[in-house]
Amino acid sequence: MKIVKIIAWIALIAFVVVQFFQVDYNRSETVPQTDFMLVNNVPAMVEQSLQVSCYDCHSDNTDYPWYNKVQPVASFLEDHIKEGKEELNFNEWGNLSDRRKNSKLRSIINQIENGEMPLNSYTLIHRDAILSEAYKIAVIDYMKKLKDSLE
Amino acid sequence: MKKVKQTVRIMTLVATITLTMSCKDAETKNDQPKNHSEMNHQKEKNQEMSMNNGQMTSGETILNKYFDLKDALVNDNNSKAKDMGNALAESLKTFDATIYSSNEKNELNDIIQDATEHAEHIGKSDIKHQREHFKMLSKDLTDMVAITGSSIKIYEQYCPMYDGGTAWLSRSENIKNPYYGSSMLNCGKVQREIN
Ligand code: HEC
Ligand SMILES: [Cu+2]
Repeated sequence: MKIVKIIAWIALIAFVVVQFFQVDYNRSETVPQTDFMLVNNVPAMVEQSLQVSCYDCHSDNTDYPWYNKVQPVASFLEDHIKEGKEELNFNEWGNLSDRRKNSKLRSIINQIENGEMPLNSYTLIHRDAILSEAYKIAVIDYMKKLKDSLE
Repeated sequence: MKKVKQTVRIMTLVATITLTMSCKDAETKNDQPKNHSEMNHQKEKNQEMSMNNGQMTSGETILNKYFDLKDALVNDNNSKAKDMGNALAESLKTFDATIYSSNEKNELNDIIQDATEHAEHIGKSDIKHQREHFKMLSKDLTDMVAITGSSIKIYEQYCPMYDGGTAWLSRSENIKNPYYGSSMLNCGKVQREIN
């Protein structure tokens, strides 16, 4: 039992130490004019879904409740934000050409239809980000309409 | 019993922490092959520049890589399609649009940017996702050919089954469907002849 105690202590110390690893928070005070919600006329239900389920990783402003600041969650999130924003940044929607918008809309529809976004590893902690069937359909319908209006 | 439970919990935590840390390590290591491919890329660029002296070669090179990629998908070959996707992405990046009018140049650059992203994703995903991007890539290259032209005859083919109706380009008149491969090889018809 002594060895167990030692391991427990080491683990606890490691956990405390790892809290000192700071991450760069993804925060922005302002929402630019090119934001998806400002460029388009988005219904409230769809806007809420995207804000809650996607904006943490696909915009310049992540919501940081306490559990997002605890390590190793914070580092995990930081990596996903970096990668997610490279793929799609809703804040910069207005800068995209019609062709690029079209591709992104198709990808968004595919990802939601296949249940690949939001990432499972993320909804494990952020239970409220899971898209219910009704919200899924509302988002997909809207994205399809938007895509058709561009074609 | 309580103590054991606690230990297990803490050990899980340690495992998670170690994992996250090692993941970060792995990512920094990944930079190396990236540099490497950038070097290759530079080499390829030089080669291509000395090889071609005009629009056709570039547009043609891109189309040929696209057809190789299409054949890999027809054969349900995921890893070959990855290689072809990466090769296509590299050629797209070296595409020279300078000889076109400024309107055409803008559109071509837009097309190339979009197509490059699709090709890169095809270079790193499973076959289902590869086919999703191949659909968008096909649209881009169809628009590219409308500007650059092609020295060989190209067939635009269309299958109404896949994703609400989907087109692709082919060198041959025969239908071999890249979206279904062996599971429905013959779905489709020639929709248009280009050139
Ligand atoms: C935990 C962070 C996170 C959340 C939340 C999230 N994403 Fe992502 N997303 C990523 C990452 C990381 C990638 C790139 C890697 C990948 O594709 O898995 C990505 C990629 C994408 C892509 C590109 C897919 C491709 O390969 O073509 C789209 C589109 C996308 N996300 C849409 C969404 C939508 C829509 C939502 C909300 C319903 C969402 N994401 C929520 C992290 C996230
Ligand atoms: Cu992709």
